[in-house]
Amino acid sequence: MMPGSEGAAQAAAPLLAVEGLVKTYATGKKALGGVDVIIDRPQLVAVIGSSGAGKSTFIRCINRLVEPTSGRILLNGEDIVALDRKGLRAARRRIGMIFQEYNLVERLSVMQNVLSGRLGYVGLLASLRYRFPPEDIQAAFALLDRVGLDGYHNQRADALSGGQRQRVGIARALMQRPDLLLLDEPTASLDPKTSRQIMRLVRELVAERQTPAIINIHDVALARAYADRIIGLKDGLLVFDSPADALTDEALTRIYGEEDWSTPQGEEEDEQPSRAAAPMPSA
Amino acid sequence: MTMSASAYPSAWRPPTIFGSPGRRFAFWALFAAYLVWSLSTLNVDTARIMAGLPRAWNILVRMMPPDFGRWQLLLTGMVESVQIAIAATIVGAALSIPLGIAAAANLSPRPVYFAARGFIVVGRTFHEVIIAIFFVKLFGFGPVAGLLTLAFSSAIFLGKMLAEDIENMKPGPVEAIRATGASFGQTFVYAVVPQVLVKTLGVLIYRLDSNLRHSTVIGIVGAGGIGQTLSASFSRYDFDFASAILLTIAAMVALGEWFSDWARRRLR
Repeated sequence: MMPGSEGAAQAAAPLLAVEGLVKTYATGKKALGGVDVIIDRPQLVAVIGSSGAGKSTFIRCINRLVEPTSGRILLNGEDIVALDRKGLRAARRRIGMIFQEYNLVERLSVMQNVLSGRLGYVGLLASLRYRFPPEDIQAAFALLDRVGLDGYHNQRADALSGGQRQRVGIARALMQRPDLLLLDEPTASLDPKTSRQIMRLVRELVAERQTPAIINIHDVALARAYADRIIGLKDGLLVFDSPADALTDEALTRIYGEEDWSTPQGEEEDEQPSRAAAPMPSA
Repeated sequence: MTMSASAYPSAWRPPTIFGSPGRRFAFWALFAAYLVWSLSTLNVDTARIMAGLPRAWNILVRMMPPDFGRWQLLLTGMVESVQIAIAATIVGAALSIPLGIAAAANLSPRPVYFAARGFIVVGRTFHEVIIAIFFVKLFGFGPVAGLLTLAFSSAIFLGKMLAEDIENMKPGPVEAIRATGASFGQTFVYAVVPQVLVKTLGVLIYRLDSNLRHSTVIGIVGAGGIGQTLSASFSRYDFDFASAILLTIAAMVALGEWFSDWARRRLR
């Protein structure tokens, strides 16, 4: 549908290849200890693991919101780690990101937030005056309709509910016409029903747009239900990488440590004792 | 596991900032000792105060019917003061934007940040009147010195407030806009400005209001405006004209405060 960006998209190069990714923070904490992941087709890849396992660092290294210490990140064959500032900005245009707290600019309208996904493509002066090309405006209206927010374009972002805000966040990311989507705990601030709706939307969009997506997620049940593939991180190392249906209790123990996994899990499963969570029909 | 209720303490006091009663006593004792010492060294001469009271009465009586006869002089001075205040606020606001960005730790590289913060600290050390004296020496008597004084101190003040606002904004939207591939300028316009604009405008209006008040004071050291007229009338014992000036200043400051209140309420 969308022609590959100006990069050298050889047929051989996978969509995304992460090779030996290491991140050591200035405090000396080693968040990632050499992670290798290859995504060769449009799929929804869930990254699971305990808090502090390096999920957030992993996803932020890919668009270099966090600078990797070493390793290579090849997006359509182009190494993002080696890019200078200008090249990095160009690469970031091709990577859409969706956040836990939505990260909308609250005082701006929904339309302004969605259009900001095109900032990488317009000059400073044009963006100052909100002069976006007509095809961008058309695309923004179409996307708002697609995510179920038709007619909301002039609402202020802070007037929306959590689920609606996340839909705006998704529309903003898709405005970039990205080659890759990064989702950092997109459902962690949402109620169970809205979470499932958002996950379903993301899954459909991955298929529609043929864009791979990497999603950090705490909720194992959601990951199982909607992801094509699951990656498990533990202490900054890759300990699991398989299709979603291969995630066994034994694998969960490898990722999270010893726990009785047979007890029904709540949808809102968190670090809290599972007693409080409502039982869920097992998948 | 159940413990009898009596095992728990039944009295509780919030911790004091002094840490212990002994330290609290020491603090107040020291404070009292200081008060006694400072009053005894200041040479408060009651006789001189008593002698000043009838003189104050005398001045008050001579002020009493305020003399608005020289209203042209009054008006010229007043207009000059207002002009100084408005122009200084505009110039100061323009200068404060780069200063505020440079002094925000979350936007600026370390060296730039330290330089800007240092500049602000040094600039804030000196009161407007001291800066005015300095500028009067440089550029001579008149409104130019007043304008520069207030523009300088406004830039420092607004820059500091802007920097603190930028540092307190939510980092999420900035990260999100940066992640779209936006440049620094675009990130600033799309993620920073919407977050700080309303508060910054409020501070700006407050500063306009306080510049109005400052502009009447710095005239006394020769930096133009109504203050200069006021100082001249006092030194010529024109107390009735001085009282007319004071009343006009009070009215204008009240008007400025009212406007500032009104404008800031409308910004929400």
